[in-house]
Amino acid sequence: MTLAPPAQATPAPTSGPPAFTPGTRPVPPSPASAALTFAWRALLKIRRVPEQLSDVIAVPIIFTLLFTYLFGGALAGSPHRYLQFLLPGTLVMAVLLATMYTGVNLNTDLSKGVYDRFRTLPIWRPAPIVGALLGDTLRYLLASTLVIALGVALGYRPGGGVSGVLLAVALVVVFALALSWVFTLLGLVLRSSNAILSLAMVVLFPLTLASNTFVDPRTMPGWLRAVVEANPVTHLVTAARDAMAGTATLGQVGTVLLASAALVAVFAPLTMRAYRTRQ
Amino acid sequence: MKSSCDLAVHAAALTKTFGPTRALNGVDLSVPAGSVYGFLGPNGAGKTTTLRILATLLRPDAGAAQVLGHDVVREPDAVRARISLAGQFASVDEDLTGSENLRILGRLQGHRPRAARARAQELIEAFGLVDAADRPVKTYSGGMRRRLDLAGSLTAAPDLIFLDEPTTGLDPAGRTQVWAIVRALADQGTTILLTTQYLDEADQLAARIAVIDHGRVIAEGTPGQLRESVGSSTLHIRLTHPEQRPEAARTLERVFGLPVHLDANPAALSVSGRTPHQAATALADLCRDGTGVAGFSLGRPSLDEVFLALTAHSDSGQEHVA
Ligand SMILES: Nc1ncnc2c1ncn2[C@@H]1O[C@H](COP(=O)(O)OP(=O)(O)OP(=O)(O)O)[C@@H](O)[C@H]1O
Ligand SMILES: [Mg+2]
Repeated sequence: MTLAPPAQATPAPTSGPPAFTPGTRPVPPSPASAALTFAWRALLKIRRVPEQLSDVIAVPIIFTLLFTYLFGGALAGSPHRYLQFLLPGTLVMAVLLATMYTGVNLNTDLSKGVYDRFRTLPIWRPAPIVGALLGDTLRYLLASTLVIALGVALGYRPGGGVSGVLLAVALVVVFALALSWVFTLLGLVLRSSNAILSLAMVVLFPLTLASNTFVDPRTMPGWLRAVVEANPVTHLVTAARDAMAGTATLGQVGTVLLASAALVAVFAPLTMRAYRTRQ
Repeated sequence: MKSSCDLAVHAAALTKTFGPTRALNGVDLSVPAGSVYGFLGPNGAGKTTTLRILATLLRPDAGAAQVLGHDVVREPDAVRARISLAGQFASVDEDLTGSENLRILGRLQGHRPRAARARAQELIEAFGLVDAADRPVKTYSGGMRRRLDLAGSLTAAPDLIFLDEPTTGLDPAGRTQVWAIVRALADQGTTILLTTQYLDEADQLAARIAVIDHGRVIAEGTPGQLRESVGSSTLHIRLTHPEQRPEAARTLERVFGLPVHLDANPAALSVSGRTPHQAATALADLCRDGTGVAGFSLGRPSLDEVFLALTAHSDSGQEHVA
């Protein structure tokens, strides 16, 4: 009788040992450098998966065309005249609706193993989130450019010129970035991207529609008018409208910045707490 | 408290519960610096949970752990600056290319752009990923993904690397490649704590092994010591008549003095012994008793058998073989 060979023979090495040096350990990156690396990562992902921009491209175009021709005749006598009133509002709406993808993207990203690695790196704790927001700025700028370019093509003429338009876009993007912190929080605490999308609808639709985007609040019943005038989006639309017309006041700009700061002050710490305790 | 100077990891009485599940039930672990340490256990034993605590991803409910002399809960940044983790499910970005993944990780470790790019290139060449470097990772095979994952852990010369099941799902060639990488790292003086479900793998790579089951370390020692406690060779027997199995089990238990493993196959049983001589004696005894032996083989003990033997040890209060 002979004994069988061991059941688990070790395969012979097929190649020599890999040749690599231990490398060097640099000083951990500064907060800004880490956040910028995450922003770069976001841009690389847009380049690799450009279809993620389809909403950001489609929504502004559809909104601008649809609302101009749908309401224009009834509300202002002609689409052309209405566009002059509506366009800054469409700009706000298109960009604010794009903020929900911040939460969706963060949520999908977090469910991947690569975040475990990020969380074991010696980096400024909020860097992944701040970097993602910086990357989102690109989406917001893209949406803004589309709305304005289409508006100008349809006959919109900003009285404030290029500087007025740039001021309006800057205000809208700053407010959108602040609002994004609401969605980073939702992205961290909600289980699925579907849950985020449905909650986003509940938050964003009243917020953007119950405003002065489409009609002057003076035409509304008193109670609604009170709601609309308390809505920060109304102040943003007013500021953007007047900036594009070249008549914005310091007070209007200040109100938008104050509302943005308030959003960040509340939702950034909540987001970071959720990020720290998420396991 | 025990000195932690020459210990890369020192964990004491770690516990962690997830809802009703007690994932860790008092894990003690001492990993000497500068060697490969194997953390061996079946599914759900608590390997990943332990690694995540040591890598500062998870807080223990109780107990304490020092990694490279720093407390994982109080000084997570000091720990993070010197460790790397390659998780159980490849921790790389699917949408990006291999090269982009490595450059991002290099930048996040603090490398300047040029240095990050150079290091990425070096690792890509060393790990045989040159052809795939500019392809999105989602087009990679399991083996390539694992190698990229390992490369991602090496962008900034960590002192300690955690590898969670680095070879699960790889074919023998892929496994051999990963083993070669682990050995090369160990030769450079990096401490490696790797988890595995395969005794064979721990045996091949690790200077010391801890066996974990149900959230507790049930044995610890060098592979030699561990094998000693379990038996170096396992006798597998297939009987002609399954109804003779109880009788055959008694004979084996008498000769080997160790618990006999009854296989799912009703005609099969196995037992671990220290010498092939015991197997010969047992077979002769079976033959003399008139037990029909359809076939047998002598092999290395499987993880099942190691557990069987070790659980028997820990029942009699003899928890550590070292
Ligand atoms: N986040 C979690 N939520 C709930 N239960 C968890 C969680 N993580 C781990 N567990 C449970 O804790 C126990 C230990 O899990 P762990 O992942 O540490 O095991 P493991 O040894 O790594 O197993 P495997 O070999 O399957 O990877 C299991 O019962 C598992 O179901
Ligand atoms: Mg695991």
